[in-house]
Amino acid sequence: MSRPFDDKGYNRDASIVNPKGQGELTPGPQHGKARPAPGGPFLIGEAMTGGYSKSGPDILQTCTIAVDKGEIGVIVGPNGAGKSTAMRALFGMLYLRGGSVRLDGEDITELTPQARVVKGMGFVPQTHNIFTSMSVEENLEMGAFIRKDDIRETMEQVYDLFPILREKRNQPAGELSGGQRQQVAVGRALMTRPKVLMLDEPTAGVSPIVMDELFDRIIEVARTGLPVLMVEQNARQALEIADKGYVLVQGANAHTGTGKDLLADPEVRQSFLGG
Amino acid sequence: MDFLNAIVALSNFVLIPAVAYGSQLALGALGVTLIYGILRFSNFAHGDTMAFGAMVTILFTWWFQSMGLHLGPLPTALLALPFGILATAAMMLATDRVVYRFYRRVKAKPIVFVMASIGVMFIMNGVVRFIIGPEEQSFADGERFIISARDFRDWSGLDEGLAFRTSQGITIVTAVIVVAALFWFLNNTRTGKSMRAFSDNEDLALLSGINPERVVMITWLIVAALATIAGVLYGLDKSFKPFTYFQLLLPIFASAIVGGLGNPLGAIAGGFVIAFSEVTVTYAWKKVLGYLMPESLEPSGLVQLVSTDYKFAVSFAILVVVLLFKPTGLFKGKAV
Repeated sequence: MSRPFDDKGYNRDASIVNPKGQGELTPGPQHGKARPAPGGPFLIGEAMTGGYSKSGPDILQTCTIAVDKGEIGVIVGPNGAGKSTAMRALFGMLYLRGGSVRLDGEDITELTPQARVVKGMGFVPQTHNIFTSMSVEENLEMGAFIRKDDIRETMEQVYDLFPILREKRNQPAGELSGGQRQQVAVGRALMTRPKVLMLDEPTAGVSPIVMDELFDRIIEVARTGLPVLMVEQNARQALEIADKGYVLVQGANAHTGTGKDLLADPEVRQSFLGG
Repeated sequence: MDFLNAIVALSNFVLIPAVAYGSQLALGALGVTLIYGILRFSNFAHGDTMAFGAMVTILFTWWFQSMGLHLGPLPTALLALPFGILATAAMMLATDRVVYRFYRRVKAKPIVFVMASIGVMFIMNGVVRFIIGPEEQSFADGERFIISARDFRDWSGLDEGLAFRTSQGITIVTAVIVVAALFWFLNNTRTGKSMRAFSDNEDLALLSGINPERVVMITWLIVAALATIAGVLYGLDKSFKPFTYFQLLLPIFASAIVGGLGNPLGAIAGGFVIAFSEVTVTYAWKKVLGYLMPESLEPSGLVQLVSTDYKFAVSFAILVVVLLFKPTGLFKGKAV
């Protein structure tokens, strides 16, 4: 497929076009309704098989990811293992050829990403996950856009969780440091009062100290009963806090177990935790 | 006395006209900048949208005049303005439905939208000429002056007169009200904030449950109102001629870019920068300098830097200079 306008030298004149902030999300073909499907874990993507286009190769091969209330689920694996892809599949941004996604007793396989947000999926993308030109408080307000009730209480909870945000509430989010931006991003997702929080590499590009702090906060969120599912590059630290760990290799489940089990598993250690 | 005369002459021929023209450009540039920020392309059809809005308003004005409806000292066009806005809004939404929505669906590159808008521009251009004709139309009525030159001379005892036309007064007042309302809307309402969020980060707006089609629709509605108001004010102040509106595209784009594309505050500042430059550079300074300078130094020529025929060259020159030295514009816009 040739896309000449993507080439260098084309379409570069920002005085007539504005590529900044343009949507890059590619929703899958789903556009159906949710069906009741009682039982099973709170959120589960079961035996998901699919790829980024209709006829393209399957990046996920019967991959299963599940997380229950109050748990932290972590997806780890080597580069190109399909970690983020698995998360996108759960969120409806993939052409699924097999398997299903169920949330809170409903089969949501056929829902669009927007409809999944309404159903209670809070998703924090890896990059571009805040409104840089808007203040911290406006970011949180936008997070609660679908809610019609009073959002002040939730906002207070977010500020209690991330006190630094309360201090910087009127500052443009784009001026904050990397760690603070991630807090804004998580806070924005929490504002929808989601039933499940999905984080795509929340600690990408932040310092180890900030990373530890972020993990502490994520544990705190999970303790409130909100299931958290995250993709992590820092496998060791992430597995330490994981109730459920999924090691993906080439789009398929290679190892599954509690975080501790996986850390203790010699095979897992050897293959990609570096001994 | 000479000094006062100089100030009055300057106000009469430069300051007041430039402020009025600047307000018109600012309203036009606000529309361009909103489309650029939210729909992410430069809308070349904007000048002709203004012409369309002004045309509908003129037709309604004539109709009201024929029925004997008048606003007293104010121009009847103000009464017709809401109808012009409604018609333009309907036309914009129809255009979006027929032309732009398809390209949004297929996630076309912004440059494709720019090209599509040029097509829309030609069609709109033709429609306006087909309906109202290419000639100049006058539709201003009501009181012509708030302060006429003679009244001012009698009152002040100065040699120089100061005329303040009703159209200029209306332009300035309307522009202030519209701009204040727009900024309040963008900064304080849920819908306004969702428009800024969408402009900032489309994907995240979607993840937050903001409906893109609704944001786009509201943007078109606001732009239709801004374009119609700008078009009608310009028509009242100068005159209505479809070709002039097409030409207005250059100073309007210059204003938006000079101020910083995508930044509403910049659009307003840019409008005034362009207007003041155009008017001061094309003004014959002989009179003002004559008052200020000693008789021996009085200029013999007109002291007009550039003939008014070349006024667009001024916008163009400023545009080039800004793009060379400060491509993001005076206020930090999104360009480059």
